[in-house]
Amino acid sequence: MTDMPAAVPEPRRPRARLTGAVIIQAVTQGSSAVITILAIFLALVVGGILIVFSDPVVTRAWSSFFAEPGYALGQTWDSVSFAYSQMFEGAILNPSTVSAAFHGGSIAAIFYPLSSTCAQATPLILTGLSVAIAFRAGLFNIGAAGQWVGGAVVATWLGFGVSLPPVIHIIVCVVGAFVGGAVIGWFVGLLKAKTGAHEVIVTIMLNYVMYDLLSYLLSHPAMLQEPGQTNQIAPFIANDANLGHVSGPPPQAGVGFLIAVAAALAAAWLLSRTTTGFQFRTVGASPSAARTAGINVERSWILVMLLAGGLAGLSASTVILGTNTQLTFNSYGTYGPDGITVALLGRAKPIGVVLAGLLFGALHVGGTYVEAATLGQVPADIVQVLEGLIVLFVAAPALIRAVFRLRATSGTGMEAVAKGWNG
Amino acid sequence: MERVTAIATAVRVPLTGNRRYVAAATFGVLGLINILLGLLAHAGDAAFTLSQPGSGIQIPTIRVPAAPVCFALGALSIGLGVLRASAELSRRDKRFTIAAVLLSFVVSLLCWADAGAIPLNVINIAQGTLSASIPLILGALAGCLCERSGVINIAIEGQLLFGAFAAAIVASAFGGLWVGLVAGSLAGGLVGVMLAVFAITFLMDQIILGVVLNVLALGMTDYLYDRLMAQNPNYNTGSTFSNIKIPLLGDIPVIGPILFDSTIFLYITYIAIIGIQVAMFHSRWGLRVRAVGEHPTAADTVGIRVLWTRYRNVILGGLVAGIGGAFLTIGSVGSFNPDISSGFGYIALAALIFGRWTPLGSLAAALLFGFCLELALVLPTVNPALPPPIMNMAPYVATIIAVAGLVGKVRAPRADGQPYIKA
Repeated sequence: MTDMPAAVPEPRRPRARLTGAVIIQAVTQGSSAVITILAIFLALVVGGILIVFSDPVVTRAWSSFFAEPGYALGQTWDSVSFAYSQMFEGAILNPSTVSAAFHGGSIAAIFYPLSSTCAQATPLILTGLSVAIAFRAGLFNIGAAGQWVGGAVVATWLGFGVSLPPVIHIIVCVVGAFVGGAVIGWFVGLLKAKTGAHEVIVTIMLNYVMYDLLSYLLSHPAMLQEPGQTNQIAPFIANDANLGHVSGPPPQAGVGFLIAVAAALAAAWLLSRTTTGFQFRTVGASPSAARTAGINVERSWILVMLLAGGLAGLSASTVILGTNTQLTFNSYGTYGPDGITVALLGRAKPIGVVLAGLLFGALHVGGTYVEAATLGQVPADIVQVLEGLIVLFVAAPALIRAVFRLRATSGTGMEAVAKGWNG
Repeated sequence: MERVTAIATAVRVPLTGNRRYVAAATFGVLGLINILLGLLAHAGDAAFTLSQPGSGIQIPTIRVPAAPVCFALGALSIGLGVLRASAELSRRDKRFTIAAVLLSFVVSLLCWADAGAIPLNVINIAQGTLSASIPLILGALAGCLCERSGVINIAIEGQLLFGAFAAAIVASAFGGLWVGLVAGSLAGGLVGVMLAVFAITFLMDQIILGVVLNVLALGMTDYLYDRLMAQNPNYNTGSTFSNIKIPLLGDIPVIGPILFDSTIFLYITYIAIIGIQVAMFHSRWGLRVRAVGEHPTAADTVGIRVLWTRYRNVILGGLVAGIGGAFLTIGSVGSFNPDISSGFGYIALAALIFGRWTPLGSLAAALLFGFCLELALVLPTVNPALPPPIMNMAPYVATIIAVAGLVGKVRAPRADGQPYIKA
């Protein structure tokens, strides 16, 4: 920095005196927060088209659009606004519970939707962190799913196979899940560091290996299968290994959510306040420059993959020890792939990942709720489309600026999240 | 033209000194595994059938003693490992030794699995391998077209999935398989158009974009399946192409039924492989594409239209991958199911990287993956004592060993993943 030519002064930021001026400037120039909000809005608009297509009343109204345009538009508005308001009620706040609370209903019911959202977000935040932290060191971790399975297997085995005093049992299980995932991640980093094997190939292959391993373990009573079962299912974990509830039993949030938030804070601290985190980011920016600066690039790769695997393992612990309390072959769900989108939406920053995880958690809860509320007419599948659209629009600020006619500024923070194959 | 040649010729990365020993050690490990398989094999012969029942020319079933063959092939592999470690071999010899060691491993595996069991039909396995490989090959070729021009294509999965869906629904609704084939290709091309617009025009991060397009393709096909196919079976009739036997060539014993008696998809795949390999490495067109992928600024300077080249190649890739997707429905199982591509696109991506971004390399890698997938299906039926999950795992473990031990660090086209902004 010292050899910067002195003739180029740092561009001075105009200091806005009024909050209103700041907001107007942010809106017209498209700050990253405004871009994100507009991206979500645009995604909801496009998603609305799918909702319209799902509603036979509206599609019939559109077929007579030229006879009664007002009717068609009215029906469209009704259908879309009903679906989105149901989604909101299911995931964030249901006004009827508030009015009920004034008439002697329970206050806890008000927070039930938010609590469910946090519960859904918990594993997503943790796999999102797993992918995000690897991104920061320039690695693309597609293997959160496999690492999740690694953590789940260890957590399950410690959960039902070992007897320990109550609190210690939980700690052992959670640490075990971290280690189970970390071993898988470490192996990927080790192969990359020692042989140059590309982490994308190795993590994809390890995902399949871990699915098959899980299937094997769950079909032998000598391993993890519940005795007397023909299905691929493990015994329930012991009660004293169960992560406690915070606001109520599942589907409400449990201690797992606190673990997720704590992990995000720890990751943020690691990345921004420690030498190791600085090394990760330097390696992510340019491995060759990092090497020239004396950073052990290989060590960073191994360490960051170990941590990424551990975070995915923690994600498994919040599910196995918290919400499901039993491992089945389908337990791994889509936490791994969802982690990638959550990490991307959160711009590979831990706090961003928490917010993105909460948004996706809300969409999942809301999607299920709206499917039930419309008797299956609006399928929960549209949530996946919404998620994809949101990330698509957030990652393409140029498109959002073009659509909403915003002036261009340089940089919105989405750059250099992911890197090409050559690192 | 010479300048373009200079730009396009990849700078060969000097291999690190220990690559030789890592490869030698891998040979040794595979050799030891062969010997171990020999020790574990049941007593008795392994038998291989080389002709279909009822075909014109019958070849007697080959019977070999399982254990001794494994021992001999294991010794051969270890011998080649010693050779590899003791002398610097030419490039061609290296490839030859790798092929020999992999083939030894495959034969040992088959002998171990089949020892004392019913004969294995080699022709069925080869046919199954090819049919599992077709979507992988076409997907990897699509990736090759994109990435050689400098656009990372992680959306292969989405292109396959959307192609599969469009092919099934159009073939069912219009009752024409050829129309379905064209529709599948166009659907893949449509995903290619989205990839091109967002990556090239809106400068979006290409890894994020690919993941997002996969999420969107999955969400959209799930949604449309729910809305259209699940409610109306007429949109998902499940008709498939029938085999076309090539005259004369199809009658050759052993290779005839494998290579020249299949659906149109196999012949399209032949044309695509040869066409893309020749075009990419032996034509002015390919030289320009590679120049754009290696050094777009230099390519632009000598008058190559960089953005146009990228648009064309990305969309062309989408069309090719769409054909691979169509194969998944109207070329093999017929009807569409949600997530029918089930990770094939990611395996194709691995094949592309494994094959070092060349059509022939990708072909070899895709065939290896296809063979492993087929083996996992066939072996449990031959020898019920083998636990299927462990057999399923073998291909992925083999890939990790091959990537870590034999391939090592690969180098992508230099400008792969970097948007080009004209100065």
